[in-house]
Amino acid sequence: MNIKDVLSPFTAWKRVARDPVTVKDPFNDRPGADRYRGFHKNDVEACIGCGTCEDICENEAIDLVPFKDPISGDSGLRPSIDYGRCCWCALCVDVCTTNSLTLSNEYTWVATDPDEFIFTPGVDKKDWDENEKGWKKPEGNYEFYGLKRVEMEHLHPEERSDSFIEMVKGYSKEQAQKEADRCVECGICTATCPAHMGIPEYIKAIRNDDIEEGLRVLYETNPLPEICGRICTHKCESVCSIGHKGDPLSIRWLKRYIADQVPSDKYKDILDTNEIENNDKKIAIIGAGPSGLTAAHYLVKMGYSVTIFEQFEAAGGMMRYGIPEYRLPYESIDKDINYILSLGVDIKYNTRIGADITLDQLGKDFDAVFSGTGLHLGRSTGIPGSDNEHVYYSTDYLRKITAGEEIEVAESIVVIGGGNVAMDITRSLARMQKVKYGKANIIATSLEKEDVMPADREEVVEAREEGAIINPGWAPQSIEIKDGVPTGLHVVECNSLFDETGRFNPQCSMDVKEFWPGVQIIESIGQGMDLSYISEEFKENMAFSPRGRVETNDYFQTGVKWFFMGGDIIEGPDVIHGIANGHKAAIGIDNFIQGIDFKAAK
Amino acid sequence: MDLKKLFQMNPDRSLYPEMGEDGKPIIDLSSHKFLKIWQGPQHPGITGNMSLELTVSGDEIVESKTHVGYLHRGFEKLMERRKFIQCFPTCIRMCVAEPDPNEYILAAAIEDLAGIEVPETAQWLRTLALEMARLQILLRSVPGQGGTFALGLGYQWGNYIRDLILDRFEELTGGRVYHMYIIPGGVRGLLPDGFKKRMEENLKLVDEFVINIDNLMYNNSVFKQRAKGLAVIPKDWIDTYGVYGPTARAAGVMRDVRKTHPYLKYAELDFEPFTTTESDVYARSRVRWHDLQTTVDLIRQIMAKMPDGGEIRAETPNVLHWRIPKGETYQKCESSRGEYGMYMVTDGSDKPRRVNLKGPSYTHANALLDKLLINANIADTAAIMVSLATCPPEIER
Repeated sequence: MNIKDVLSPFTAWKRVARDPVTVKDPFNDRPGADRYRGFHKNDVEACIGCGTCEDICENEAIDLVPFKDPISGDSGLRPSIDYGRCCWCALCVDVCTTNSLTLSNEYTWVATDPDEFIFTPGVDKKDWDENEKGWKKPEGNYEFYGLKRVEMEHLHPEERSDSFIEMVKGYSKEQAQKEADRCVECGICTATCPAHMGIPEYIKAIRNDDIEEGLRVLYETNPLPEICGRICTHKCESVCSIGHKGDPLSIRWLKRYIADQVPSDKYKDILDTNEIENNDKKIAIIGAGPSGLTAAHYLVKMGYSVTIFEQFEAAGGMMRYGIPEYRLPYESIDKDINYILSLGVDIKYNTRIGADITLDQLGKDFDAVFSGTGLHLGRSTGIPGSDNEHVYYSTDYLRKITAGEEIEVAESIVVIGGGNVAMDITRSLARMQKVKYGKANIIATSLEKEDVMPADREEVVEAREEGAIINPGWAPQSIEIKDGVPTGLHVVECNSLFDETGRFNPQCSMDVKEFWPGVQIIESIGQGMDLSYISEEFKENMAFSPRGRVETNDYFQTGVKWFFMGGDIIEGPDVIHGIANGHKAAIGIDNFIQGIDFKAAK
Repeated sequence: MDLKKLFQMNPDRSLYPEMGEDGKPIIDLSSHKFLKIWQGPQHPGITGNMSLELTVSGDEIVESKTHVGYLHRGFEKLMERRKFIQCFPTCIRMCVAEPDPNEYILAAAIEDLAGIEVPETAQWLRTLALEMARLQILLRSVPGQGGTFALGLGYQWGNYIRDLILDRFEELTGGRVYHMYIIPGGVRGLLPDGFKKRMEENLKLVDEFVINIDNLMYNNSVFKQRAKGLAVIPKDWIDTYGVYGPTARAAGVMRDVRKTHPYLKYAELDFEPFTTTESDVYARSRVRWHDLQTTVDLIRQIMAKMPDGGEIRAETPNVLHWRIPKGETYQKCESSRGEYGMYMVTDGSDKPRRVNLKGPSYTHANALLDKLLINANIADTAAIMVSLATCPPEIER
């Protein structure tokens, strides 16, 4: 044995003189580190209750509980956390779509009641709610799902500015699957979509490369997917939870992707509609627009004999006669409509109710009638000069372009209006000018400033790319007429549209004036409805809102029990509301005919 | 009865247990020459919940059998029911004391199967986290060997510094014990401001500790007397029993995944794992003492070489429905106990089809420990077990 080995351990005694390293004062808090994963906090105003935190929690510690009434873009639920299950991994924080959920650096909590440890952060007030420190989603390239949208390929402005070829190319399989991967399946979109489409389900079908399943999901709520996949106003995308931190999912293009993949002749096999059992009831539908076609589709599937009366020579309504071909090609419209017609729907073209056959007669011949006649009448600004023969309505013009009629295309045009229809006519005429004169010379204006223009942002951007001038924030004053021909439009700057009470009351700076030359003026400030086919006798039994709209119950039944109305004349105007109305009305008609109480019906 | 023999002060142990023809002792409990006692599942000398069924004759162990099953949580099975990202908070509990290798092998397996390239900065940070994890566990297990011989002082010293290292973990990862830092795809954060400076201050304490523990333990006549020559593992057992890491290196077999199959940034670091040949408890502990110094040196190297900023996580598919193509992989790293690996099979779904953890304790504490305990003194049981770096949670994942 070495003597050193006996003495060496005694060197430990030198530590006797040192200060102890143990905590001297156990009553003072030791704060957690800046990144500490302590107790949960939630900014309940920023939270939208999407439930991704619940999805990712491997301990099932998170449960979404009601917090307030759901609104568009907010489920009204908020995460409640069970601290008997939580392991503070903070994956819920990292996956949060709004960054509202965070952890504080607080880590001590004493309570005698075990139930206290199940709490809803942000709702149940806690001491650490104001604590700024603690875990937050790491910064930098740390994302649990893609925030950048897969870019949709468009025709280049030079390629498209003189043709009506469809400008959006559509996703490839790889692109669609990559885009579909970004979905967190929260379903906020489904709640917002007027038709309540199963959006997460069909996006999942894309991920699984199960297009047939995708098509089945689409047709559960929407029999016009080719059309909607192109021109839907996609309210779903405006509330997409991914949109809070990044680009919302391209839900509309994904829908189009599914519909584009399936050839027409496969539809019946996939949707199992080769044989439909018929009953002996007959339904008449007025107008082959989105609501009428949708009602027809669901009614014919229920076994009813459906006859559509259409005033024009082709079906589609505003989808065909309002939306230009470069946004919605006719073959896409035909694909959806032909499938619906192939189910056994009878359609009578060039038949106008009121002129060719009366509503009264329809009521006698059929068990129920659905009307979706839409908004086809143009509205005038009523400014001096607007009664000139070279001042047109956009609706008339768009219809004539579709019908292939000869129309006047002047060298310089001014369009009054800032909605999507105004953009449609502007871009259509810009194309025709390009063909006729070699360049576009068209100005579109709206009362609204650019940031609140009703038109979709992309419409404005693309119109400009195609050579049109979009000049928002001006109020038209008068149309200058010389020798019976317009020479241009006088405008003044418009500062605001609504007064403090929210009433429409434009305020203009009369001294800021401009004059835009144009020998042709198009008015596109909204459309009106034509209800002349409803006789006064019926109208007496129907309720009208103060603004002249027909009032219906939840199933779009009017005061005349067998008469249902939907689409743009009731809600909207847009295609998806029409589809939603048509579907609901079809259920309503079925209930009506079967004598089921609507309140009991689901 | 031979009374003389019964009262003999130094019984002739070579007489019993009597060995049977199969080489196993003939143990007849009714002969009153043997006693069965259980060490564990609750026992300070068992570093977790495990039990040793010991048959002793006098104070000498004649037979030993390891019993596990007190700590079974079924993580491998649980992971088959969890999405890949959800396995991340699950897997760390497979070895609680040293959680980061769990995180790393899971991440490495997922990344290998999904074909994901981890960014440079994240690789450095992973290397740092793994070495910090080794540092904090060695600060327990090095003096812990003294603890098994009732030398508790070094353990107090080590645990204090370990707490400071956990402070560094807390500011880097947000957690002290369950770090949950090495996430599939990368890591969960860059170094906080001033981290390197604070770490260096802690490392200076470790340097001091290395000298102090050398004086207290390795140059201690009692420790030497008891540890030297105890539970020698012959070199030819290394392969037979599947011995890894420091235990193998104490027997002169170079087994260190960091060196033999470099992963992360170890190929860019300059280090040489210590080996010796005595293969007894003292040698195994000494190897760990050298490992402690290597780790301190590695942390200094990593902090000097690593980039200050950069990407921390590779782009992955949406973790909520991350599907990984069909395949299988085995990914390993060097834990403080030896090779620590995960075998994962995927079937193209969003959950692993099969996960199997391969940790050194499984072989060390079962077959090898049973063998080593025979003829050992009962007072040395804990020392032998700890010298094999037994971690019962890792046997029963």
